[in-house]
Amino acid sequence: MAERSFAAEVKKLRVGDGEEFLGEGILAVTKALLQSGVAYVGGYQGAPISHLMDVLGDAKEILDELGVHFENSASEATAAASLAASVHYPLRGAITFKSTVGTNVASDALANLSSGGVTGGALIIVGEDYGEGSSIMQERSHAFAMKSQIWLLDPRPNLTAIVDAVEDGFQLSEASNSPVMLQLRLRSCHLHGRFIAKDNVRSPFTLKEAMENPRRDTSRIVLPPASFLHEQEKLTKRWPAAVKFIKENKLNEVFFDGTQDFGIVMQGGLYNTVIRALQLLGLSDVYGNTNIPLYILNVTYPIIDDEVIEFAKSKKAILLVEEGQPDYIEQNIHAVLRRGDIPTKLHGKDFLLPAGEYTPAAVVKGILEFLKKYGPTLIDNENLPDLVRPDGEKPNSISAVIPAEVVHGRPPSFCTGCPERPIFTALKLAERETGSHHISADIGCHLFSILPPFNIGATTMGYGLGAAGASALSDPASDKRTISFMGDGGFWHNGLTSGVGNAVFNESDGVMIVVDNAYSAATGGQDLLSSTAENTNRSTKHPIENAVRGIGVKWVKTVQNTYRVSEMRDLMKEALTGKTRGPKVIIAQSECTLNKQRRVRPEIAARIKAGKRVVKERFGIDPDTCTGDHSCIRINGCPSLTIAPNPDAMRKDPVATILHSCVGCGLCGEAAQAAVLCPSFYRSEIISNPNMWDKAKLGIRNIMIGFLQNGIERRLKGIDA
Amino acid sequence: MPKVEEFTKNSRPITMAILAMGGEGGGVLADWAVDMAEHCGFFAQTTSVPGVAQRTGTTVYYLEFFPKLAGEMKEPVFSTMAAPGEVDIVVASELMESGRAVQRGFISKNKTTLITSTHRVYSMTEKIALGDGRVDSDVLMDSSRNAAKLFISGDFAKVAETTKSLISAALYGALAGSGALPFDKKDFIASIERGGVGVASSIKAFESSFEIATQCISPTPKSVSVDISIGRKPKEASTGAQQLTPEEELEIINNPNGAVGARLQGLAGRIKSEFPEPVTVMLVNGIKRCADYQDVAYANQYLNRLLTVRDAEAKFGDGTSRVLLEVARYTALWMTYEDTIRVADLKIRRTRFNRVGDEAQVQNDQILQIREFLHPRSEEFADTLPTAAGRWLLRTKPVTNTIEKLTKNGIILQTTSIHGYIMLYFIARLKPIRRRSLRFNLEQERMDQWIASINQEIESNYDLAYEIAECANLIKGYGDTHANGWRNFLLVMEQVQSLRNESGVAGRISELRKAALADEDGTKLRAILA
Repeated sequence: MAERSFAAEVKKLRVGDGEEFLGEGILAVTKALLQSGVAYVGGYQGAPISHLMDVLGDAKEILDELGVHFENSASEATAAASLAASVHYPLRGAITFKSTVGTNVASDALANLSSGGVTGGALIIVGEDYGEGSSIMQERSHAFAMKSQIWLLDPRPNLTAIVDAVEDGFQLSEASNSPVMLQLRLRSCHLHGRFIAKDNVRSPFTLKEAMENPRRDTSRIVLPPASFLHEQEKLTKRWPAAVKFIKENKLNEVFFDGTQDFGIVMQGGLYNTVIRALQLLGLSDVYGNTNIPLYILNVTYPIIDDEVIEFAKSKKAILLVEEGQPDYIEQNIHAVLRRGDIPTKLHGKDFLLPAGEYTPAAVVKGILEFLKKYGPTLIDNENLPDLVRPDGEKPNSISAVIPAEVVHGRPPSFCTGCPERPIFTALKLAERETGSHHISADIGCHLFSILPPFNIGATTMGYGLGAAGASALSDPASDKRTISFMGDGGFWHNGLTSGVGNAVFNESDGVMIVVDNAYSAATGGQDLLSSTAENTNRSTKHPIENAVRGIGVKWVKTVQNTYRVSEMRDLMKEALTGKTRGPKVIIAQSECTLNKQRRVRPEIAARIKAGKRVVKERFGIDPDTCTGDHSCIRINGCPSLTIAPNPDAMRKDPVATILHSCVGCGLCGEAAQAAVLCPSFYRSEIISNPNMWDKAKLGIRNIMIGFLQNGIERRLKGIDA
Repeated sequence: MPKVEEFTKNSRPITMAILAMGGEGGGVLADWAVDMAEHCGFFAQTTSVPGVAQRTGTTVYYLEFFPKLAGEMKEPVFSTMAAPGEVDIVVASELMESGRAVQRGFISKNKTTLITSTHRVYSMTEKIALGDGRVDSDVLMDSSRNAAKLFISGDFAKVAETTKSLISAALYGALAGSGALPFDKKDFIASIERGGVGVASSIKAFESSFEIATQCISPTPKSVSVDISIGRKPKEASTGAQQLTPEEELEIINNPNGAVGARLQGLAGRIKSEFPEPVTVMLVNGIKRCADYQDVAYANQYLNRLLTVRDAEAKFGDGTSRVLLEVARYTALWMTYEDTIRVADLKIRRTRFNRVGDEAQVQNDQILQIREFLHPRSEEFADTLPTAAGRWLLRTKPVTNTIEKLTKNGIILQTTSIHGYIMLYFIARLKPIRRRSLRFNLEQERMDQWIASINQEIESNYDLAYEIAECANLIKGYGDTHANGWRNFLLVMEQVQSLRNESGVAGRISELRKAALADEDGTKLRAILA
């Protein structure tokens, strides 16, 4: 079950025709899918579209009513391949994943799908993880659209436009027999807004009908000679059909043409930013009414040559606001103008940033440069926004500075009580004895190991590719083994074959550590094959160890409690220095604490309320024995383990302390012992609803210990005032 | 407060950024605000970039509000991103986040209301330093105050804690109190009620923060009282008696006898008559510490140990007494080094039991048990034994092996059980044999050498003497940490010897000292020395 429950929000999916829908972007897209009569949906979770998957997971009842099949696909490739159902049958299908990483994985299936083309509408909803808040390499999905000829939609960032894009996308797909990619920017996914809803629609053709009346057509299969015909067909039939549909349905928009002899062209997703930039420059009102001609590319691929020429020919210059690089659209429009012999000047990345996110600041600066050249009379120099006003007579209001060294980066890190942290504590301690090793990291929460305080991990090559990333470093002459990490998510995504199977087949001698926290945790706690929780819709509880043994690994050790640091450390030492040759797999198992707490907390509260005996644990540090060296923090890094001003009047350095948010996972105590740190750590056990035996013990204890403590106090008397 | 009537189609929407860390409820705050605005006839939008930032990392929620204008049917075009210089309200859930908002240009002198909690959640960089890596809170406060048009600050984490709520509710109260949004207090409260989760405690937090914010903006600068809750900056915290006001300090200086018990009256008298005023408070703490650690005679020994430095300070000092002050500090800490007896002694006291109970927030009908995580090694056993016996133990393999085997994975001892308590109690009662123990004699010897080298330099190079005094801070921790510290200390002291006649040596030693605190195993120090 996912981290966040959408059970309440899912009700909004039932909003009917003409009613206003208020909510998050992701939810709006889900509603749009249902309004479009989608027959099946698949996908792989990952920011920023994890919630789309979670919403669908929680919407089972509605999906069942509408006959929609929903799959948590094994990978993005699986999801993309599932669109094969729309090749021969008039079924609308949608898939979703994080891009560009997910699109990378899916691209084999997407290329095959695009080659043969589709009958039913096929929509690929990609969450573009670009700019601030992104966790991946900065690339563009645009390239995938171009290489496979998938039409790319980038609607204006408001819910009405996004919902319309879903419905238009299906129609465009069907009209041109091509898959369509809907690009949702990071913030659009989490955008709260409104649109007027329509009724949900049941797919007129059902999956059951398709399964019972199978169709085939070899001309749609990618095999010569059909594959050569597909390429021709893309250009001669599908492209013109798409252009026709886009033009006829006015998917792109032109506003306020004729007001100036220059204009601005933009990706639809950047429309709001451009309008805000114009408003700050005094050239637009809050509703987007401006006297600058605007051409909005809600379809960013293909570029519609006629529309570009029509917009450009009457103007001296146009500014293209295109985010990311390479500047595919700019190159494309240059070619269109050149071929059309249009002398209009095209500006873009010469005025705007060549790379990086197009924030309002970046766009204001770019537009101002453009105006200086083509519309200087429109610039109100007296009232320029602060972000472009140089310090001068009228002081810049944001010139206040703060010394850089007092503002530290605060990257995400392991949660309080995270079971993955002790794995890295153990590895740090093991390496103190074995020396350092080459460590290949993977994608997932465990990648936080590369940051302080652990500083573990040299490369990460992609989801599930931790072990594969270490495969070349395999020289039998070396007496140091490589270590690679992989999460349970990455393991099932592809790591079992790309990493473990590969190591078996190629007789690797490396150590692979599979971090098994029972969820796809980094993407929001979704269930996996090896999840241990009960799940009514999915088949879980398939142990990773069985899969690893099944693929041929002999040396497999499962640790069921990662918090036992000494045990983990010793096992790692054994794997790193033992005599056994061949791949070695350690499965480090403990439940993701975020999910565990969510599950356990209400249970505990209920038991205490019911009068049952409950022992709650938390850790603490005695400030009077802590010497303020913080070595405990350097092998732990828990958010709850922090520093506090030293209560000792003589000591300067802050003491280590444990905040009340401690969940009592036990790592502090284990680490203090395993690393022989200091005797300051203690565990308090708070017994609620104590039984008779507890009370009796307490009575005796109070008498005996109290007596001795009285003696201590007598002896200390006369020192303090 | 911006007035709804003043909005025209050319107005920019009201903009607000919330800088928070994952898990603090920044999203809840944003949702309340949007819900309130929509109920008050506004268009509202919120966006965020959660991603993996939800795991404790810093994250920004961005909101815009615009009223429904008469005769306008269209929706305003909202931006999904904040623009520097164009943010009307910034809410920061913590003081460094407020600094980050300044750094990002979100705070404008002519328009921004900055609401920040003054508490600190330390960054990893601050936490992993071997010494004091904290940034100066005053710099964060001053930069924030100077950058903003209206600055509202208070310890909203504390408000949340005392009202058993979350900081989001407290910040929401401060937002309401700031008057930066064109909505009434009742509208704010209504949105919390509609939210339906933890309503009562949220409203409690809301109300007390509303009060704090109102005080901040009241014309009489009563708001100063709010600022006192800020953590003191490190350099102040380091001046010892951090809880003392100047008045209290003066009182101790005038009458040290009033600050100690009956058995230390004689020594307090000595402090008053024999030592300069700037070190009085330090010495009072020092004698109490030594007497608590061993006995009154040991405290007397402490004062005697400082006499030579006192004389040198009087003759060659620069009037600040800073060498004597630091020697007084570190001598006391060194003399009360943490051996097993000390640790046991501190763990079994009633005051400690009470402190642990308070920290765990144990209620009257609950029972507290305390378990210690200990890992004594042969060295710790030997340290406590009489010198000869200790040496014998360390060189007798079968004995050390047995001990290592027994304590291999550490010991977990329940101090609240009779048998656990008696064990620690017995160790704590070994105080009388401490004076003859291996470690005791070793530490006395090391300490005297350190003081001797300070005395050696103080005449010709006062700054160097100060640096040597400060070097004592390199030795801390237990086990390997302590051994590493001692090794670093020796390395730096070697440099003192070889560079003592060169110019700029004090600066060099200061640099080495900082390098020695940069990492665990002295890598940076050795790199600098290489």
